[in-house]
Amino acid sequence: MSLTEFFAMGGYGFYVWGAYLVTAALIVIEIAAVRARLRNARRIADAGAEE
Amino acid sequence: MSTGSIPWFKYASPASFFPLAGKLAPWFAVPAALLAAAGLYLGLVVAPTDAQQGDAYRIIFLHVPAAWMSMFIYVVMAFWSAIALSFKARLSGMMAQALAPTGALFTFIALWTGSLWGRPAWGTYWAWDARMTSELILLFLYFGYLALRGAIADARRADRAGAVLVLVGVVNIPIIYFSVKWWNTLHQGATVSLTAAPKMAAIMLSAMLIMTIAAWLYAIAITLVRVRAIILEREGKSGWAGELAGAVQ
Amino acid sequence: MNEATLQAPLADDSAWSGVAWALARDTKLALRSKAELGVQLLFYVVVVTLFPLGVGPEPGTLRTLGPGVLWVAALLASLLALPRLFAADFADGTLEQIALAPYPLPALVAGKILAHWLATGAPLVVLSPLLAMQFGLDGEETTILAVSLLMGTPTLSLLGAIAAALTLGVRTGGALLALLVLPLYVPILIFGAGAVEATRAGLAPGGELSILAAALLAALVGAPLACATAVRIALD
Repeated sequence: MSLTEFFAMGGYGFYVWGAYLVTAALIVIEIAAVRARLRNARRIADAGAEE
Repeated sequence: MSTGSIPWFKYASPASFFPLAGKLAPWFAVPAALLAAAGLYLGLVVAPTDAQQGDAYRIIFLHVPAAWMSMFIYVVMAFWSAIALSFKARLSGMMAQALAPTGALFTFIALWTGSLWGRPAWGTYWAWDARMTSELILLFLYFGYLALRGAIADARRADRAGAVLVLVGVVNIPIIYFSVKWWNTLHQGATVSLTAAPKMAAIMLSAMLIMTIAAWLYAIAITLVRVRAIILEREGKSGWAGELAGAVQ
Repeated sequence: MNEATLQAPLADDSAWSGVAWALARDTKLALRSKAELGVQLLFYVVVVTLFPLGVGPEPGTLRTLGPGVLWVAALLASLLALPRLFAADFADGTLEQIALAPYPLPALVAGKILAHWLATGAPLVVLSPLLAMQFGLDGEETTILAVSLLMGTPTLSLLGAIAAALTLGVRTGGALLALLVLPLYVPILIFGAGAVEATRAGLAPGGELSILAAALLAALVGAPLACATAVRIALD
């Protein structure tokens, strides 16, 4: 199907993309948050070890 | 999460598990991404449009894997909780702690996608059917666990209190589901069942299966990374953590 | 408020003696603070009365809402009473002493929960027919309501005790307790209110009441153990 048809999803674009985009966003946020958490924990552990 | 070939007891201490988790995570993350891409392609592009629900049914490729994972993760948490209480193993408590946020996320995704699927398919964003209502209660169970852990300052006590909570919860989940299902049949006519999925062509089934495996691999990968952070947070005061944190990657 | 009046333990240290000992002690303490118990009962009455004020006095609406409202209010009243199960003893160190008593801790906990239910749950059962009048429940429905509450409120106390023990000494105690325990209450609510609704529909509520009975039995077996574990975790 064409790109326009793909985005339209047979008229249900709002629902389908509402579901997929929010899910994708949440996954991305989770990955970013966990990696930030690990970086932060590393930083604190390093600082502690230096004492 | 260990496979049979890993000598488990060697890695039962957080210090030894830390580097192992770091090595394992990419082996789950990369396949997860690849499978997700394949599953999405199959589900969004290749799979045919459904006769009754049109293209709206495609939400199922997110909704069903998310719902299954939300339940599965809670059961795995219960497993680690049982071990944490029986053997007072620190790492088991940490694994339960690491799984919870991802479990809660999948539960939310299941509810969100289910709601958006419900509107075009059955005319309503929310219906009090057994699955969605039980899923909502599961979300409360996850939040309760996270809130309890957050409120208890001592990590060891939080491990054990959280473990009791999860074990009580896991026993209750089938009871809750059964009770809500019964409640729906009692009030028949007032509610609509959201459980009927479209007739599954083989390709739809494949896409759903692939997405489920992708979700499972993703959950393992993200949990391994999160548990590394937790290990550092909780054990970071001792010397080894500083060395490892600086040394690895 | 809570003098640590620990009576001398009874001659043997069996589980049943433990239950009796804890029951006697907590009942004695409860009788000393009758005002507190009265307030909790009043809470139930007030909550039930709020609903008609919120949804309007139309008899049809109230009849439909009745069983659910009476049950939800019982849940909330039960929730409100839970902290007093362990909090006072925990605060002044008595709970540690109790944990060291020669009886099995689950038995002691069971005795405490029983005393707690007698003081806070049983009065709800007795009061419910009076309040059922506000919602136009007929005689049969009211009877089943009272029976369902009689069978359900002990389970609420048993499950709630686990959550109360888990949140001992925790800052956000009360609200956290509610979040933890309300999901577990859901089946009891469904079958309790459902029994009354089945009666209203002309069906026998045997199924619902059987499930409530089964839940109570399961809770009687499992909850004291889980609760004792939680108490030990809080005391460590």
